[in-house]
Amino acid sequence: MSPRLTAEARAALRDAGLSRRDFVKRSGALVVAFSTARVASDLGLVQGVVSAQRLDGAGSGNLDAWIAIGADGRVTAYTGKCELGQGLYTAQTQLVAEELCVPVERVTLIQCDTALTPDQGTTSGAQSHPTNFNHANLALAAATAREALVSLAAGRLAVPADRLTAAEGQVRLADGSRQISYEELIGGRRFNLQVSRTAARKPAREWTVLGQPVPRLDIPAMATGTFEYVQNVRVPGMLHGRVVRPPALGATLVSVDESSVQGLPGLVQVVVRKNFVGVVAEKPWQAEQAARRLKTAWAAGTTLPDQATFYQHLRSQTATRDSLSVDSGDVDAALKSAARVVRATYLHPYQMHASIGTACAVADVQKDKATVWSATQAVYPLRNTMAMVLGLPPESVRIMFRMGPGCYGVNGADAVSYDAALMAQAVGRPVRVQLARQDEMAWENYGPAFAVDQRAGVDGAGTIIAWDHEGWSLSLGGRPGLNAPGNVVTGRLAGFEPAGVAPRSPAPPPSGAYANASNTVPSYVSGCIGGACGGTGTVRSERVLSHLVESPFFTGPLRSPARLQNTFAHECFLDEVAAAVRADPIEYRLRHVRDPRLREVLKRAAVQAGWDARPSPRPAIRPNGIARGRGAACVLYEGDNGYCALVAEVEVDQESGVVLVRRCVAAIDCGPVSNPDGLRNQVEGGLIHGMSRALREEVTWAGDRVTSIDWQTYRPWFVGEPVPVIDTIVINRPDGEVMGAGETSITVAAAAIGNAIFDATGARIRQLPFAPERVKAALDSRNR
Amino acid sequence: MSVFTLTVNGRRHTVDVDPATPLLYVLADDLNLHGPKFGCGLGQCGACTVLVNGEATRSCSVAVQSAAAGEIVTLEGLGSPQQPHPIQQAFISEQAMQCGYCISGVMLTAKALLDRNPNATDAEIQQALSTVLCRCGAHIRMLRAIDRYARGLREVPQP
Repeated sequence: MSPRLTAEARAALRDAGLSRRDFVKRSGALVVAFSTARVASDLGLVQGVVSAQRLDGAGSGNLDAWIAIGADGRVTAYTGKCELGQGLYTAQTQLVAEELCVPVERVTLIQCDTALTPDQGTTSGAQSHPTNFNHANLALAAATAREALVSLAAGRLAVPADRLTAAEGQVRLADGSRQISYEELIGGRRFNLQVSRTAARKPAREWTVLGQPVPRLDIPAMATGTFEYVQNVRVPGMLHGRVVRPPALGATLVSVDESSVQGLPGLVQVVVRKNFVGVVAEKPWQAEQAARRLKTAWAAGTTLPDQATFYQHLRSQTATRDSLSVDSGDVDAALKSAARVVRATYLHPYQMHASIGTACAVADVQKDKATVWSATQAVYPLRNTMAMVLGLPPESVRIMFRMGPGCYGVNGADAVSYDAALMAQAVGRPVRVQLARQDEMAWENYGPAFAVDQRAGVDGAGTIIAWDHEGWSLSLGGRPGLNAPGNVVTGRLAGFEPAGVAPRSPAPPPSGAYANASNTVPSYVSGCIGGACGGTGTVRSERVLSHLVESPFFTGPLRSPARLQNTFAHECFLDEVAAAVRADPIEYRLRHVRDPRLREVLKRAAVQAGWDARPSPRPAIRPNGIARGRGAACVLYEGDNGYCALVAEVEVDQESGVVLVRRCVAAIDCGPVSNPDGLRNQVEGGLIHGMSRALREEVTWAGDRVTSIDWQTYRPWFVGEPVPVIDTIVINRPDGEVMGAGETSITVAAAAIGNAIFDATGARIRQLPFAPERVKAALDSRNR
Repeated sequence: MSVFTLTVNGRRHTVDVDPATPLLYVLADDLNLHGPKFGCGLGQCGACTVLVNGEATRSCSVAVQSAAAGEIVTLEGLGSPQQPHPIQQAFISEQAMQCGYCISGVMLTAKALLDRNPNATDAEIQQALSTVLCRCGAHIRMLRAIDRYARGLREVPQP
């Protein structure tokens, strides 16, 4: 029996006389007992007798699909939102503990399993908190359960419900004279209730668990090497697979010479499906050897555009999908009437998720059913596309989430799930696949490159009167969603088409409600559509036009997708306009921002940073030596999902062009804070990640293939390299709606750093990354 | 295939594997240890780090045959969730990780250095970690946790 089963689970299986595969079919008590014991053991928690009641699994209307109370009073909660390293497991546990009035230790959370948990779609960084933490889903289910327990107690104790309160797993009379425990009320039985849309959430001012810096429940297991990542999943009879990707993008398979690996030790099978090639062996090392030795012939791939002239190539495409986010119709006239027009172009490279561990999955595919252990962000959508890949009905596929390394978006988790499943289907035994570093980095869904033209007209007083934005970006594939396995490499190799770009030009006029999900619209315009203005700024003459073209590489959401690229262009440009009119960058932002919460984060960050109000660049810059400067940037993430302002202080070595960020002061407002330390950890991580992307990260290619394929050729910021002091100001709004937190600080990092470089040196660098050669070139041209 | 007897976390294990198999694969697959993890297979990131005779060693880049004679310690050999080692406790106290996948590299590299030299300077610690990668950006908390552990070491009277 596999050592990954806990003793309890093993005993339960033995008693039931079931094989491991048989029991997953059952949705009864055994599954619940098994899962909770497993999760508890993974987390290093004390294992109690877990709730043992039947459960339907999916279904968000049914309270029993969310909350179960065991005979021992333990609470098991089911969520479709997964831990990705962002602390969501702990925060959701706090949420359940708070609403149900039980200690955190009494809650076990089961996350993201198509046989057990409600369908909550995808867990994507910024949306993960709002979807469970506002008045819906898990929060509402827990509140419904509390109200139901109080109501049951009222009946049992024969007192009116309004004289009762829930606390510490009991319902009590207000005077403390009588109480009844949850287990006495319902332990081991179903609620048989629908989740109530009117159940009353506990007001934030009454919180005792939520809102506290509860330490992460999973960190002790991670720190001691007992946590089970998807990379650690082992099932009985499991084999190991390795993929053989094409040598170049777009190459198609001509032939596979199986004799080249014949007789290799441990080799089980070479698996081919259209352009997908993999090898399966008894041991991972054997699979790796076989993959290296296997001779394959491929027809030539696509020629890639020359990287040196890539941005011109991007801008010259004619098959574009055009969109207007806002268009007041008077921008050209306003620019013509302006006292002065400032213009600039910003360039952002392709960047990659580049997770620290390569993607991994385990799949067990039988004739009529499949089980896949995956670090996907989207278990239910993956169930659908997995069914398409395997030719099975979705109901016959079970996807079980197991955490992987931090993903930051669509890394390789979905692709490798298909890899494992295709090989498992071919060999009829469970197969584990972990990608080689190069196979992940050359083929993942990159965050796309951007080119953005900005024009602003200012009046005689230096105030912006018109803003014109025109951006170009690229797309190919993306999240597989419910029906597009071809959106990631394996699905495409296996014969499914990726989502492309449907050209549409010119763009139709903006319609419907104003939305700024990709932060395409700068914070300084009014965002008016049909007379309704949803933007955060004051500039009335506005036009935001975007062109999307087909990408030569797969693309997909990468932490702050498009929001970061657009914000880099907006926030650096605002700084340029401020410099052109000799205004202080913070004061100039405030002059054009009307949203009070965006104003507040800006002011709080500036005060904390000791901002000296003056125009940039700083006076009396010397052309040599170390130059120091400060820069600011701010955003309302996705137009409605978290406020953040940042002041960054940098040092620029003007001889080498090396930039070091010395201090960051970030102010964040994401509504009521679920876990302040978790939030700080996210803000800090976002800033370091953002700094790494701003200073270093860029996908490179040559000829027909990607050349950034390891940590030498795609070099992020290592742990021992100089890091800034980070000062995080958390603005808690207990009565507000929860907003996203995990992607706000990264969104403003590159812009604030770029503005600080300008402040320090007078050199405006409009292309990322701020690599030493690029910085040095900008400094040299300044000196000329 | 060859038979090797390895001492891992104080226990002896016998495995029959290709002598060229990376130590990591033996630890992770034959012995089912969760501490060392595959990050790059190139010795560039540190996620596979283990201690071999007290030295931080990248187990993805060492063949089992050349490491088999040493005393091998992985994260799980230091302590448990219930009784963490002081350096593990320092990382827990500082909440010094996000996804935690890189933690073998960060923790064991620092431990190897500080056990050899409890008075290592910040610059020396940073130098040791300059080839260790964390992608979640928990760098600052990690350095704080290492500092906490180092201060604890210095407070213990040296023999």
